[in-house]
Amino acid sequence: MSKGAFFGGVHPSYNKDMASGQAVIEMPLPKELIVYFSQNLGAPSNPVVKKGDEVKKGQVIGESGGFVSTPVHAPTSGVVKTVENRPSPVGADMIAAVIVPDGLDEWVEGCNVERGSTGLNREKIKGLIHDGGIVGMGGATFPTHVKLSPPPDKKMDTLIINGAECEPYLTADHRVMLEDAESVLDGAALFAGVIDVKNIVIAIEKNKPDAIITMQRAIAGRSGFTVAEMDVIYPQGAEKQLIYAITGRKVPAGGLPMDVGVLVQNVGTAAAAYEMIRYNRPLIQRVVTVTGSGIKHPKNVLARVGTKFSDLIEFCGGVHGDTAKLINGGPMMGIAQHSLDAGMTKGTSGLVLLREDEVGQFVSDPCIRCGNCLDVCPMTLNPSALSIFIERMRFDDAEEYNLMDCIECGCCAYVCPSKRPMVHHFRRAKAEIRNKAKKAG
Amino acid sequence: MEDNLEGKVPEEKRPSADGPAEKPAVPTDGAAEKPVAPTGESAEKPAAPAEKSADKPAAAGSPPPAAKPKKKDEIGPRFIVSSSPHLHDGRTVSSIMKLVVYALLPATLFSVYAFGFGALKVIIISVASAMIFEALSQKAMGRQIRLADFSAVLTGLLLALNLPSTSPWWLVVTGNFFAIVIAKQLYGGLGYNPFNPALIGRVVLLVSFPVHMTARWVQATPFGSNPFGVDAVTTATPLTMARESLAALGHIDVPFGTQEIMNLLVGNRGGCLGETSVILLLAGGLFLILKKVISWHIPVSFIGSVWALTGIFYLIDKTTYANPSFHVISGGLILGALFMATDYVTSPVTKKGMLIFGAGCGLITVLIRLWGGYPEGVSFAILLMNAATPLIDRFTKPTVFGAVDKQKAAA
Repeated sequence: MSKGAFFGGVHPSYNKDMASGQAVIEMPLPKELIVYFSQNLGAPSNPVVKKGDEVKKGQVIGESGGFVSTPVHAPTSGVVKTVENRPSPVGADMIAAVIVPDGLDEWVEGCNVERGSTGLNREKIKGLIHDGGIVGMGGATFPTHVKLSPPPDKKMDTLIINGAECEPYLTADHRVMLEDAESVLDGAALFAGVIDVKNIVIAIEKNKPDAIITMQRAIAGRSGFTVAEMDVIYPQGAEKQLIYAITGRKVPAGGLPMDVGVLVQNVGTAAAAYEMIRYNRPLIQRVVTVTGSGIKHPKNVLARVGTKFSDLIEFCGGVHGDTAKLINGGPMMGIAQHSLDAGMTKGTSGLVLLREDEVGQFVSDPCIRCGNCLDVCPMTLNPSALSIFIERMRFDDAEEYNLMDCIECGCCAYVCPSKRPMVHHFRRAKAEIRNKAKKAG
Repeated sequence: MEDNLEGKVPEEKRPSADGPAEKPAVPTDGAAEKPVAPTGESAEKPAAPAEKSADKPAAAGSPPPAAKPKKKDEIGPRFIVSSSPHLHDGRTVSSIMKLVVYALLPATLFSVYAFGFGALKVIIISVASAMIFEALSQKAMGRQIRLADFSAVLTGLLLALNLPSTSPWWLVVTGNFFAIVIAKQLYGGLGYNPFNPALIGRVVLLVSFPVHMTARWVQATPFGSNPFGVDAVTTATPLTMARESLAALGHIDVPFGTQEIMNLLVGNRGGCLGETSVILLLAGGLFLILKKVISWHIPVSFIGSVWALTGIFYLIDKTTYANPSFHVISGGLILGALFMATDYVTSPVTKKGMLIFGAGCGLITVLIRLWGGYPEGVSFAILLMNAATPLIDRFTKPTVFGAVDKQKAAA
């Protein structure tokens, strides 16, 4: 099955071969871990440990702060050095537990125990996925148990396992598919069981032929699975675009995939869910691609949640002298970091280090209305008009021009000859509009 | 997952194992890391990297014994922080403007070949005065001087191509004053001008100095035969000839056989500098479409609507109305449709809007040519549609992906 088209999109240089051939390497425990209590989209978790507490690997250190929230676990055994605000990958400081590993890496009682399949009904599985702190590992970190809980009136019929990995540079999902295909498929089967769908599509961009072959082999003998070979175009892995490319269904503006009967989960999330259900191992580690021309030895690293960027970089041989940018995530949607002291989160799919000559610094010009952004916007917005409205503080007009449907993929800014900070404008205006709605409502 | 040895045994770090082939940008912290011939294997050890160890503790394991304790306040590597995306396709305003200038070069060179020294003089004066006016007004208004974006060069060139080769220097300079200072910079500069600057320059000259702009056409001649235009044969543009014959004889009397068509396509006729050679203009336009600088929508709907509308009247009455193909290749339509109407700033951004814009330009052009006071209407048509551009953009606002009311069944 070959699938492709959604409207718009761009073709950046993918630069994936720097790391795609590197087998996943487990990183030794660092000297300290910065574990934020906000590891998911939605409500942050509430700290239940304090300075000086001893914790075991897999122990809950932050409890769920609501329905759209997940618990946070200690990534290893050790001592809580402090609970305080620390620099975070999203820019502002966030409350985190700083854990000093004791080196024993001892599991807490009950974790890392193989579980039989008896008594595993839908609610139980959903509960375990929540308890395991499983969130969307493609970067959005939306709590997985919430996605698995569509209201009864939504008829679900398709599960898409997202291995498109359309972000340039990143190869973490690629490696997971190559090295852990069975866990991905077992996790997918669990998801499919929970939402009661029979049709499971593994979506992989054609630039990962080895992953496609691996997955095709792995699904042999399993029923309901298909592998979709996706055209290589950014943002193929964006939820709405992926659903349209595979099923031809358009998620309504402002709506959710469940509105068209589809659930999308990242390959890493599926594998993590399987680990939790089968072995009672909560989400405390993940594969991170440390890559880019700035890093000496690009690698796919299996690292504990909370591992500091500095430690990841050091593990990969350090940076070249003229490295000018550190990105948490991919270069199209990732966040540029100011500090090496931030710790990775469950959503950190990669660290991309770019050298000076790859990092443009420029003054942005007025819009010349070339219309390139309209040609590439996968949500068919008018980014040109939006950015002009926002520059003039006309947020109402921006809202009328469907700003809130923007997925912040960055295609508009990628092609803008005036190098306008489009996504920056959009994020800022969305925040203004949300704040206004909050005040009004 | 594969367990790699080097990941398990950080103690294996040896200062000498580092491969500092690259020059350290940050000074090393005194660990005497003499470069030992780095081998592929040893270079992969996570041994204290020279660059990093200066400001970050080697947290992955015990630091090499020689490492000094790190000072907390040492400045780490400076990272650039900006909003995503962190990649760009490399196309800039100036690279686009340059491509348009390149696309105009064949027609420009032909104009010098056809009209001789007079054409060259007009082009040089026009481009130079456009750049000078741009720099002066940007300076006067306290803006950054941005000649490097090439937009003034393009405006100056386009205006030159819209002038007769007999234009005196002051005419060219006056046109550029209105184009750059009045039409562009007073409105806020590139991106903010509602009207095409070069066309404002041309139209101001057309209504203010009609004799200079319309009555002194020179028949195109090969450069060698008449380089300075001294004995140039004055002539009328084909459109003027058609109009005059209609007025004098009561019917159109312009020969339009194979020879005449060839002359029009090649550019062997009277007219503004840049409008004569249809073939070279089309080549330039095709280049821009292939380079994705412009899309086909405006040129096709503009030229197509002129052809269709004049075709209708031609079918009704062949004695009063000229052949539609004559209309397409005889005036400034090709230059206007490919290079003036497609100006980004003053034309719609939506594809649907571009089609409407082009059709509107075509309609107004035909109205002026057939019943207006001027033989040619392309410039007025584009300027009038420039005024309608914000409205067109508004009415052709793209429908958002997944719009609830217009959701179509999946194809």
